[in-house]
Order: sequence, then C-alpha cells, then structure tokens
Amino acid sequence: MKIKITLNGKETEIVEATAFKVRDKFGKPADIVIVNGFQIDEDCAVKENDILNIIPRGEMPNKEELESMMMARHTPRVHYKVKSGKVAIAGLGGLGSNIAVILARIGVGELLLVDYDVVEPSNLNRQCYNISHLGLPKTQALKMQIEEINPFIKVDIRNVRVTEDNVQELFGGYHIVCEAFDKPDAKAMLVNTLLKQLPDVKIVAASGMAGFESSNLIKTTRPMKNLYVCGDLESGAAIGNGLMAPRVMVCAGHQANMILRLLMEIEEV
Amino acid sequence: MKLNGTYVKLDAPQSLKELLVKQGYNIAAVAVECNGAIIPKSEYESTFVDDSSVIEVVKFVGGG
Repeated sequence: MKIKITLNGKETEIVEATAFKVRDKFGKPADIVIVNGFQIDEDCAVKENDILNIIPRGEMPNKEELESMMMARHTPRVHYKVKSGKVAIAGLGGLGSNIAVILARIGVGELLLVDYDVVEPSNLNRQCYNISHLGLPKTQALKMQIEEINPFIKVDIRNVRVTEDNVQELFGGYHIVCEAFDKPDAKAMLVNTLLKQLPDVKIVAASGMAGFESSNLIKTTRPMKNLYVCGDLESGAAIGNGLMAPRVMVCAGHQANMILRLLMEIEEV
Repeated sequence: MKLNGTYVKLDAPQSLKELLVKQGYNIAAVAVECNGAIIPKSEYESTFVDDSSVIEVVKFVGGG
C-alpha cells in the first residue's frame, strides 16, 4: 500500500512501511534518520503524513531540508500560527535580545527589532551577545545571530530611539509589541503611548527582575485588557541589586511564553 | 475607592496626580487606568477621582 510522507522537505509516496526501509531506499546505511523531528536509533513504522529526514552524518542539510526538520519539531497547527506571527521588540538588552532569540527558535515568522544602542562589554553578563559583537549596533548583532539560528525568519531592524512621536510609525503594523526597555520612564512612555495611540495592540511588558531573589516571585500578570506585565513588579535595578542573567532570562522567558500564547490566540496569562 | 484591587478610603475627591503622589508612585514611571479608561499622563492633573473610582496603576521599575 502506498502512503504519502514528507521526505527531506518533499512530498513523496512510499511503499516501505518502516523508517529504516525508507533510508535503505533513499539514503545510505549510516545516514541519520529523523522522524517527526526526533532522531531515531531503532526502526519504527511510518504513517501517512509523517515527516522524515534522512541526512548524511556531519553534512549540512540544504535550506528546504532544514526548514522541514525544524517544522517537524512543532505540531503543524502550532507551526502555522507561529510562522504567521508578527512581533515587535522594543529594546534589545537583557530582555529583548533573549526574547528575540527565543521567538526565532520557535519560528515566529516576522520580527521587528528596535534599539539605538551598540553592544558594550557591560552587556555580556546577561544579554545575548558575544565578544565578536562589541561595537556593533544591537539590531545588527541580533539579526546576524538569528540568521544562524533560524534563517527562515524575516527580521526587520530599526536603529532609532523610541519616542512618543515615532511609536505609531514603528509599531503600527504589529499586533504584539514587546516592551523590553531598561529605564522605568522609557517603559512607561512606550506603554502609555501604545495604549493610547494603538488601542488594538497587545503589549507584553516587564517590571522587576533585578538581583537574585527567588525565581518564583517573577510572574505574568494582566493588569489591563491589552497589557501584560512580567516580573516581580518590585525589584528595580540599583546599586547592590544589579541585573543578573538568571532572573533577567526567567523574565524574558515569561514574556516570550506570553507572546507565544497570544500567537496561539490564548489571552489568559 | 478601589486601587489595584484593594479598598482605599478617600476623604475627598482629588486629582489623580495628588492620589498617585500620596500613594508613593513616581508619576514618570506608571500607566494608569481609571474606571476602565486609559488616562494619558497629560490628564493626571485634570482627572478627578472619588470614592467610587476603580483605579489600576502599573508601576515600572528599572531593569531589562
């Protein structure tokens, strides 16, 4: 009986009933076999609509194969919604840089990255940049990284300072805007301006993630219909209470997961 | 009145700005919803709150 599967990114009809038999026909005995995103060591049955990738060991898959393998990691329903998502990130520091990378890994189709700053040595303790990025605009450094992580994402970058006067122009086309600034007045300015000028936009903001208090104090809240706030809501960055990678990344994870939930059309926190 | 879900006794109607300052908020770092409507910063002084108001104040602290 013939069944239809996706083999290395192409729809293929097979008669072989198991993954290793498909490999024997289309590849070599030492090739790696990936079934629906998982590399298998033992042979298994192949069903209609399964996604198989057979790749020679140590070889870089071509773009089509790579996308098919990445897609196989998500259920089709999730992948489609996430891929059609458009998210803007304002501020590419400890929160924004990590959020951008997470959203790239899950395959969010379009990202807008906004920051006016360059990568400095003081950023390396918590932000997603390397020594080789020092001196580069953060927008550019992050776009380069995303291309290495998931080349199927459309990344737009804007190297500007966000003010009340350019919020509408920058974020007008986006349903979800992630507030990831550092300074409290900049956070409040962006949130207030978005709530007023773009009332349909969902905002995922952050407040309170400095120091090394319990991770469990960081949570996702929804104080207003279109405003989500992640953090412990209290712990501001100050002398003796610096920003450190663990809690900043816990908070970034909260924001990224709320964004994923919104992309999946779930509004509850 | 209700402030962030808890009852606060208000002796007399006052401006939103007065209330926020009395409650210890930094005006530059908050977002405020009053009876379901977002209040822009420029209207904190001209918006009055009384005992029946329901107010949500989101406070932003530094760090990102």
